[in-house]
Amino acid sequence: MDLFLSFIKAFLILMVSIGLLAFIAQQIDPNNPFAEWRNEGATRLGWPALKGLLIAGIIQGFMYGLIALGYSMVYGVLGFINFAHGEVFMVGGMSGWIVSEKLFESGLWEDAFLLALIIVILISIGVSTLTAVIIERVAYRPLRGSPRLIPLITSIGVSFFLQYTVSLLLGPASKSFPVLPEWLTKDRTPLDISGTQIMVLAVAIISMAGLWYYVENTKTGKAMRAVAEDKEIAALMGIDVDKTIVRTFAIGGAMAGVAGIMWGLLFKSLIFTSGFLPGIKAFTAAVVGGVGNLGGAMAGGLSLGVAESTAPLVLLEPLGIPGVSQLKDAVAFVLLISVLLFKPTGLFGERLSDDERA
Amino acid sequence: MNDSSSLPAPPPWSFDPRRLGRLGGLAGLTMAFICLIGMPVKIDTVPLIERHLSRGYTSLVWVPIVFGFIVASQVVLEGMQARKRGLGDIIDGTVVGGLGGFLVGVLAWLINNYDIRDPLINWSPALYDFLTFSKGTGFAFFIWTALGLGLGAVGAGLQVLPAAYRRMATWPAIAIVSVSVLEAAFSDLLENLKLEFVADAIYAKQRGVTVKGAIILAVLATVVAFGRDRVKTLVASANANGTVLPGAALLDNVAASTRKKISTALVVVAIFVVPLFLGRIMHELLANVGLFILLALGLNVVVGLAGILDLGYVAFFAVGGYTTAVLTSPFAPWWTPELPWFVSLIVVMFVAALVGLIIGAPVIRMRGDYLAIVTLGFGEIIRLLFLSDWLSPYFGGAQGITNIPGVELGVTTIKGTDPRAVFYLVMVFCIVAIYASWRLENSRLGRAWMAIREDESVAEAMGINTVNAKLAAFVTGAVLASFSGAIFAAKAGSIFPGSFKILVSVILLVVVIVGGMGRIAGVMVGAAVLIGVLGGPSQPGLLQEFGEYKLLIYGVLLVLMMLKRPEGLLPNVRRSRELHGDELTQDVWIKAQIEMDEEDGSATTEGEVAPA
Repeated sequence: MDLFLSFIKAFLILMVSIGLLAFIAQQIDPNNPFAEWRNEGATRLGWPALKGLLIAGIIQGFMYGLIALGYSMVYGVLGFINFAHGEVFMVGGMSGWIVSEKLFESGLWEDAFLLALIIVILISIGVSTLTAVIIERVAYRPLRGSPRLIPLITSIGVSFFLQYTVSLLLGPASKSFPVLPEWLTKDRTPLDISGTQIMVLAVAIISMAGLWYYVENTKTGKAMRAVAEDKEIAALMGIDVDKTIVRTFAIGGAMAGVAGIMWGLLFKSLIFTSGFLPGIKAFTAAVVGGVGNLGGAMAGGLSLGVAESTAPLVLLEPLGIPGVSQLKDAVAFVLLISVLLFKPTGLFGERLSDDERA
Repeated sequence: MNDSSSLPAPPPWSFDPRRLGRLGGLAGLTMAFICLIGMPVKIDTVPLIERHLSRGYTSLVWVPIVFGFIVASQVVLEGMQARKRGLGDIIDGTVVGGLGGFLVGVLAWLINNYDIRDPLINWSPALYDFLTFSKGTGFAFFIWTALGLGLGAVGAGLQVLPAAYRRMATWPAIAIVSVSVLEAAFSDLLENLKLEFVADAIYAKQRGVTVKGAIILAVLATVVAFGRDRVKTLVASANANGTVLPGAALLDNVAASTRKKISTALVVVAIFVVPLFLGRIMHELLANVGLFILLALGLNVVVGLAGILDLGYVAFFAVGGYTTAVLTSPFAPWWTPELPWFVSLIVVMFVAALVGLIIGAPVIRMRGDYLAIVTLGFGEIIRLLFLSDWLSPYFGGAQGITNIPGVELGVTTIKGTDPRAVFYLVMVFCIVAIYASWRLENSRLGRAWMAIREDESVAEAMGINTVNAKLAAFVTGAVLASFSGAIFAAKAGSIFPGSFKILVSVILLVVVIVGGMGRIAGVMVGAAVLIGVLGGPSQPGLLQEFGEYKLLIYGVLLVLMMLKRPEGLLPNVRRSRELHGDELTQDVWIKAQIEMDEEDGSATTEGEVAPA
């Protein structure tokens, strides 16, 4: 058993190092025999292409990070995986789509884009927060204290329910967002980042800073950390545990809503299953960063985003695997499995109630 | 509960407007939700009872009944006296139902006055016509409020009635609905038994039950309910008086276990004989149901017995299918040994066990919930790999592998064109699976699994090698799933990555949970009812019009089961004790407290029985 496990670990390390070395070899000289060993048509990956991948990965990573915060906070407080969180993200995006459609029809979208954007973001946040709170009230609160797998199975049911509710209410077709104004979408000079990407970055950073301030510096934030540490003692100290848990869900939902609308604006379309993969990947990000650790969730999101966008070309193509872009999603899962194999507490350490915090 | 008079009485009924308002609002929202997902309009074309009640209206009218039933229900703790029911409960039910019905009227008014059809696709004139019976908004308010009031009272009345009379009211309704739902199966069966006149009497030409048929069914169901009740009271009084009923001696001579064996044998014979009298469409349905029963039996070993939440179970189904396809099909892109199916099955077993080991080894040590997500990841990776260009020279990528020959039996070949033969083949494998899981359950390994399910640390302390035991469960499940994969490949004749979505795993999980984790009969009934009636991930069930809604319903079912009855509808005794241990402890504790109070502090030890 242990031998077999070590073999898997060694195999993973070997593959990653061969891929990386072959990539470096091909960057030095595409006709290098080592680079051509597995991949006959090895070509040098240009800096602009690599930079594009990195930037796309970072932006994606910020959105994973925003969703991962919700997973991480809920896991920290209640100790179960809220599988439906990805659907909260999708619901936020969908409500953003409805509002932006309406604003586009009324002309505000083109006349005063920033105002329209703020309205859209606020409504998405509102709807997804409400969704998260209702889910907590209806599905999770009655299960407080039951075995760990029971709420997980419940959340799978909730996730299904939300997906198909959206599909049946709004129709199963993919929803495309209205066109963004041209001054926003054109590329900006220094790094060739498009305005949309800058906007996503700015919104993500602002919301994270807000969350950080809220959790670290306000009284409610303190209550949240206390509840995450030990529910009983927190209750004895006069903290309303139920209320704090609702707030945790609300904040997680709000962050997911921001991510949802940003996702929609960036990729311009959403479908009712859009929440599934980002949800699982965000959970991966939370695990990579260490569950319960907010900074870790962000860092985990960024590393996952970058790994996912670069690994197909940097690791897999030098290994001679064709059609690498199809394996993008598999990269995320392999990363999840490797983190759990090598360092189950995540890169930055877990913060769970049973652990002593330094 | 015999000495209930000595127990403390609960507070009497009181009018609680907040509770009624909340439940009534919920009833209204539920109906509005059902309207807005478009269910009533979509299935309105099919009648339940010819000309009088369509399935569309049925999809709404159950709501006030159920909410009336809920509002009049009460939680009776052990050690407390049950509250006497009365008019108050019926008033509650009427108010809740009426409020819900009124809200449906409000919905009709809203649809008439505001147009938000742009995001909400079902906000349509068709829905307005459906809700108002094409007679205007005022009529909608009147009729829905009246219906709500009446049906709410009916729902609450069911709680107030004694159980015997309640059965006489509910059984006819259940009989009519199930006969209508099973229409396709029944009329097919009756036709093949040359009993068309029965089918003609019960079923109308445009589908649905005829009025005459409904009355016959209702009378029959009432008689059966009444008769069952009479027999029970007779037996009870005879037992009390010490007299011996005629025929009781005969029953007494047959031991309970023998009776169980006889009924099992009857069910088995029915399963094998009934398909002889069914048509092709039903055979197709049965073959699908059989495949899912086989899959569910395998998942039951993993989830039900060992308590490992494997969300990537579909991966092994895919491995079984693809291995069979590569080994038997002459069109496999990479290697075509063209083995006969039964020979390939042996290889399939080994491949599945190997894949189970490879996936299982790293994940089996993880915490239960991490394991769930990681297996989900593996399930998705396997599908992505089969789909990718990288492995398409071996497995055909998106084009899949076609021309898989059927199962050669010497005289005949079982393939998808003859679904009945496939069904029998699946049943043979089901028997193997049932035998295997039954023997496993009562073996040393099975007991180890159950110990792990209950408490892993304690199991480890008792000397069980938890890693090996869990891995064994994982691999057993993998092999059972690969059998269904192999049969699936032979049945479909071709195999594509699209058949192996995560959806399959989730639906199987719902099936196992609704049926009753850890109990073979429960899992089988769960699979038969859910897959047969609602349908599988891409297979239609009896309620074909429900196709769009089945996944929503699966989600709702999963949540409701977890909230109300996590042990499933036909539970495994030990499993439900594990899940309700705390409640038992609490009830026993309350009882003990009451007894202590009654004896003025002199402590009794009788009530403090430790829960098993």
